[in-house]
Amino acid sequence: MLAYPGSSEIFCQYLFMKIVVNGEQHEAEGPLTVAHLLQKLNLRSEQVAVEVNLKILDRGDFPTWNLHDGDKVEILSFIGGGSPA
Amino acid sequence: MNQDPLIIAGRKFRSRLWVGTGKYKNFEETRNAIEASGADVVTVAVRRVNITDNKSENLLDYLDPKKYIILPNTAGCYTVEDAVRYSRLARAAGVSDLVKLEVIGDERTLFPDTAGLIEAAKILIAEGFVVLPYTNDDPIVAKKLVDIGCPAVMPLAAPIGSGLGIRNPYNLKIILETVNVPVIVDAGVGTASDAALAMEYGADAVLMNTAIAGAKDPLMMATAMRYAVDAGRLAFKAGRIPRKLYATASSPIEGML
Repeated sequence: MLAYPGSSEIFCQYLFMKIVVNGEQHEAEGPLTVAHLLQKLNLRSEQVAVEVNLKILDRGDFPTWNLHDGDKVEILSFIGGGSPA
Repeated sequence: MNQDPLIIAGRKFRSRLWVGTGKYKNFEETRNAIEASGADVVTVAVRRVNITDNKSENLLDYLDPKKYIILPNTAGCYTVEDAVRYSRLARAAGVSDLVKLEVIGDERTLFPDTAGLIEAAKILIAEGFVVLPYTNDDPIVAKKLVDIGCPAVMPLAAPIGSGLGIRNPYNLKIILETVNVPVIVDAGVGTASDAALAMEYGADAVLMNTAIAGAKDPLMMATAMRYAVDAGRLAFKAGRIPRKLYATASSPIEGML
């Protein structure tokens, strides 16, 4: 599970992993950061909040936060709402 | 009414009409109705993004954050834990510490769970949030919310989306006399006169969604609400005449034949 993208010295292991994104199973090749995941999903990081295993991440951590097999990721954004329906 | 700004926790708000962004046909109608309302505060909910449709648009693409203050709510939260979690997510998704805190007590009425509301507000205030609580028309609860550090209170006029107007004007008046922070009447407004009445009583602002979004012509209703809030505010500041049982002639008797 050691994965340091961008580092040439450290052993970089490409892993096949399963993560749950917004309640749906996803299969991805690691290493995968939160920023990469958002990019893959065509989402802009400044418009979303990301929670990994119930921990809310700082936006600044998206590029360095590595996802691991079994992680539960929630990606949320603002939608229309009131005085709610 | 720029000479008469609303100030909450040191922040200045241009408009005394705040609007929600739910229930519109599409983002374009949302944007146009908000524009017509003149509101500078818009409430939004926090939900999972649609990750299966890559082309789905984001509400924020239609609401210029330089033009509008985005006020996230915790709509749909029935527990203290959920309301706190959603508030934290809202802060992470946005740019400010503002949250319109809702802890809903019951699905049928959507009335606030005021015990849960006070508990959640305490936790969030300790974390630096500016908590604007959606509360019942209960002066005691309003006072407690202010005592724990809420810089404004948002009592309901009537159940959310009901359009019933101000159900308890006397409680609203007591709340206005009891607390020393801005009072924003939130939820239950049906038409322009309801909004005007709230402002005439001395409310500092009115927040609504369904009354505009659910109208046959949302843009026209947004305009009506804008005028109603301005008219009610001006009437309140101007000071109405006292009610009397009998007539007082407007024309002088002197000079009559």
